[in-house]
Amino acid sequence: MLETEGKLQAELARGIEGLQAVGNVESLEAWKQEFLGKSSLVMQTYGSMAKLAKEERPVIGKAVNQLKVGLEAALAEKEEGIKTASQQETFTKETLDVTLPGRKPRRGRIHPLHLTLRQIYKIFADMGFQIYRSPEVETDDFNFTFLNIPPYHPARDMWDTFYTDKEGVVLRTHTSPGQVRVMRERAPENIRVILPGTTMRYEQLTARSEIEFIQVELLVVGKGITFADMRGTLNDFARRTFGENARTRLRPSFFPFTEPSAEMDVQCFVCGGEGCGVCKGTGWLEILGCGMVHPTVLRYGGYDPEVYSGFAAGMGIDRSTLMRYHIDDIRHFRNNDIRFLEQF
Amino acid sequence: MKAPLSWIKDYINLDGIGIEELANILTNVGLEVESVQLVGVEKPEGKLKNKYFGLPWDKEKFVVAEVVEVNQHPNADRLSLCELNDGMGIVTVLTGAPNMFPHLGKGRLEQPLKVAYAREGSMLYDGHQPGQVVTKLKKTTIRGVESRSMICSEKELGISEEHEGVIELDADAPVGMPLVDYMGDVVYEVAILPNMARDASILGIARELSAALGRPLRLPEEPTLEKGGAIEEKIGLEVKNTELNPRFMLGMVEGTQARKSPYWVQRRLSLAGMRPIDALVDATNYTMLEIGQPLHAFDYDLLRERAGGKPTIITRTAHEGEKIALLDGSEPQLDTQMELVTDTVGPLSIAGVMGGGETGVHAETRNLLIESANWNFINLRKTLSKTRINSEAAYRFSRDVHPELAETALSLCLKRVQEWGGGEVVQGVLDDYGKPYVDTVNRISAQNIAEVLGQEISLEESIGILERLGFTCWIEGNELVAKSPATRTDIETGIIGQRNLIEEISRVYGYERIAAKRLSDELPPQLGNPDLEAEERIRDILVSIGLQDTLAYRQTSPEREARLFIGRKAPAGLAYVRLKNPITPERTVMRRSAMATMLELLEYNTKFRPGLALFELGPVFLPVADEILPHEALRLSIGLTGAWDVASWDRPQSKAMDFFDLKGVVEALLDGLHLEGVRFQATAHPSFHPGKCAEVRVGEEILGVMGELHPQVRKNYAFGQDPVLVAEFDGEALVRLSNAVFTNKAISSYPAMVEDIALIVDESVPAEDLEALIWQAGGKLLVDVKLFDVYRDARLGESKKSLAYQLTYQAFDRTLNDKDALNIRNRIVKQTKNTFGAVLRSS
Ligand SMILES: [Zn+2]
Repeated sequence: MLETEGKLQAELARGIEGLQAVGNVESLEAWKQEFLGKSSLVMQTYGSMAKLAKEERPVIGKAVNQLKVGLEAALAEKEEGIKTASQQETFTKETLDVTLPGRKPRRGRIHPLHLTLRQIYKIFADMGFQIYRSPEVETDDFNFTFLNIPPYHPARDMWDTFYTDKEGVVLRTHTSPGQVRVMRERAPENIRVILPGTTMRYEQLTARSEIEFIQVELLVVGKGITFADMRGTLNDFARRTFGENARTRLRPSFFPFTEPSAEMDVQCFVCGGEGCGVCKGTGWLEILGCGMVHPTVLRYGGYDPEVYSGFAAGMGIDRSTLMRYHIDDIRHFRNNDIRFLEQF
Repeated sequence: MKAPLSWIKDYINLDGIGIEELANILTNVGLEVESVQLVGVEKPEGKLKNKYFGLPWDKEKFVVAEVVEVNQHPNADRLSLCELNDGMGIVTVLTGAPNMFPHLGKGRLEQPLKVAYAREGSMLYDGHQPGQVVTKLKKTTIRGVESRSMICSEKELGISEEHEGVIELDADAPVGMPLVDYMGDVVYEVAILPNMARDASILGIARELSAALGRPLRLPEEPTLEKGGAIEEKIGLEVKNTELNPRFMLGMVEGTQARKSPYWVQRRLSLAGMRPIDALVDATNYTMLEIGQPLHAFDYDLLRERAGGKPTIITRTAHEGEKIALLDGSEPQLDTQMELVTDTVGPLSIAGVMGGGETGVHAETRNLLIESANWNFINLRKTLSKTRINSEAAYRFSRDVHPELAETALSLCLKRVQEWGGGEVVQGVLDDYGKPYVDTVNRISAQNIAEVLGQEISLEESIGILERLGFTCWIEGNELVAKSPATRTDIETGIIGQRNLIEEISRVYGYERIAAKRLSDELPPQLGNPDLEAEERIRDILVSIGLQDTLAYRQTSPEREARLFIGRKAPAGLAYVRLKNPITPERTVMRRSAMATMLELLEYNTKFRPGLALFELGPVFLPVADEILPHEALRLSIGLTGAWDVASWDRPQSKAMDFFDLKGVVEALLDGLHLEGVRFQATAHPSFHPGKCAEVRVGEEILGVMGELHPQVRKNYAFGQDPVLVAEFDGEALVRLSNAVFTNKAISSYPAMVEDIALIVDESVPAEDLEALIWQAGGKLLVDVKLFDVYRDARLGESKKSLAYQLTYQAFDRTLNDKDALNIRNRIVKQTKNTFGAVLRSS
């Protein structure tokens, strides 16, 4: 009995030792046959258990079990090691040149001017402004007369207008006609709206000037609206658009539909006011025209100028988008050259 | 308006104010400085916000000199040799200037000629090259005579383009003085806003500076004019319509000469952008630039000759068919709206616009009649819109001139004609002031000002500003009363007049001094922007699929849109919004078709990329009968062509897109918008392949049409081989039918059963109808139907097709078993058999 036990213990030591020489799947298979296969000591011992004396069985049984568990544990460890090694080999074979270019998915993009519009919508929405849109083909009355620009008024020279073959119908030269339209719709409620849209002026088509362009106006009407409110609102807009530290200045200007009127400049965001090509060396960029709504316009809109006041401001977003991305030609926006659009 | 600094300084003391600072002050009061021309003066130092150009005159090199003798060049007829004293000695200078010839060979000149002299090494503009090319004056030898220096023309100094002769300075110019000290200048080019036309004059600009700086204005000395008198014997005057001609004045100078003006006058005119002519014309132009009141000069003797005796000036509207030949040689069509200055014979000038060539000043003019008038600016603008004449006079009159200025201008002009041209002023003037202008009076309180500006400005400060602008002011109670100056017509009355005053006060006070506040009034009702949000959702969905957003020109031409049709033949009678003044023949109307725009965008871009997927959302313009304005209908167009995938280094380009790629995009869009009950139906459309075209419907409403471009239409464009796929949708319908909110479907936690069936049906059975029936027959346990194969084979039978579907069954309350599946399948097989004669294809 002792002899058998001793043999079994020696078998374990032999097995573990034999396993050390195993380096691949084939030799591991051979080892398995030798130590755990049908003709292995373990299996033969199990097979001859019935022939053993009754009192020997538990002792030998326990010993052979220990041997089996020991061999199997050693095997499992070896198998894991061999697997890791062979996987490592595979990894090496599969290694990519990660600097090769990726496969380009088709990516859609929003048009740059629509991106700018969305940014403006967002900023003004935060300040409680809603969006109001009005026709691009307008009557002369809404485009001019109701905005305090009667026929033959010198101020009409400010806009090079496209006329249609229908008397009294023009392509709107600005989004301002929407001012009177929204006032007539909302009077006597307070108004806080922005008026975005395409406008058209008779100009030469060059890298710097377009016949069609997008404007955004804002209009505030209420009781006790002041020039100081206008300045505050526009400063907030400038800071949201050009950064917290954006500096602005107001210069006197003239628009028939506002009085007093002003032009707002923002310190050049490219050079920080030092002077560069974008600001033509002046350090300032003209971004919008503004002013207190003219009493005549309020009246045309259905508001009593003795009771209500308001301010309006307007900006062309083509030009500001041009500056923002250093775009060399304003016509890119509507030519829709895919090589241009893909960059956004 | 170009304003020489030396001239502005006649009216205001600008000591201690730098060149750059002055430009900024002008901009800040509303006279935006567009550029600053430096005439001989050095560019200011430091950081400059304004645009500068011009040439400095080196003090050592450019000086005032005098020519004491002019001799003939020994070897050249057209050149002369001038003996010149430059303050350091006598030098010989070679010149070809024609204005030196009269002095040739006269020996020592009794009256030496003062000139602008440039020494060797000077940097100046090349007189022989067009434009302004800077060159260095070097020693040369011309026909055997050495030349190191030169006598300058205006062009070489950057004063004007004049290079015919050299400058002859005024006799009192001090010899040896650096030229820049004698006549260096700075010219501010300012933009005149439409409501500040009064500042289209040097005095107007000086008045703004006076208000801004708080320094007094020095008005030019203006002799008082007597009305009537001796002049009445020389000329008669008749104004037919005082509405059109509120004031007309005439003055006269006898025995004058159309000789050259003093050089300082010529220089100022040149710098201000007007060509000096002679003393008489210069006097009218100089006074106009100074005051802002245009004047016109007639040769009196020519008028007398025409009339055959004492002439009478008559202002009236033109008669039908009347003609006039203007100074510039043009002969505009006159009509009965146009105001004219005439005599008893016929038209002399178009009032306030341009004079006739026949009676103008010429070299031999001795007796000069000067017109100083005021014209109705609205009527004048009508004339201008028809004749399209540009003149300095028309520019000012068309912006409304105060009638009071007519008198000031006439007085100053008469004085100058006499000073510069000689002669005697005829005693008295004629003045028909039929419509005296009443200057407005406004009252305003400190509270009025604060209510508009949100900033307190005291009445005292306001009075100071207004008075410096020429208003007459006084206080009554707590109100400031301001009478408008007799130079301005832009100040109205009532609430508008108050606003006009507030603008004047605030712009001079300084917008920068008005503190910013945040809006504190009550927010209006918050209405939301549902339409715009739906449009932006359309953009976002299409972009998320991989399509490029674009922005279209509104303007196109019917010819461009006709390319949509075979043989470029659009159906007759398409109504367009047509432009009266198109900018090019390619843009004569507002577009009707978004599809036409999309095809142009695809055509333009195919050469740049192997595959394109674009969309555009924007209006088309459809005229509506009996409506003034067209219907601006929102359209969505989608265009695809070429391969969807971009080829990569290890994977080839995918196949060119076809109808079903477009349909997939459309389905994804409509799905994303949560439209319900969408159907695709084969249809015919002139632009599309007859077998590859569908309309998209919801119920009875047609949302849009889509398909592959008709091969015959394709020929109208420069496309390659790949199919061109386009869809056009009614954007308003998409917006209206889209649902921002929808009911989310629950997801079952029980396993689903999947099985495939193939049904054989006639070719004529639409896939869509068969699928609809499968859904209906399947009942609520059928949760998905996916067509995965369409198979055609002779063994299936004549005109038969087999459609293979993958069906998914699932319940929310239990795990389905084979019996459930069998039941559903049997229902589907039975009902499709009954309706379409479908046969289950055994595998
Ligand atoms: Zn800059």
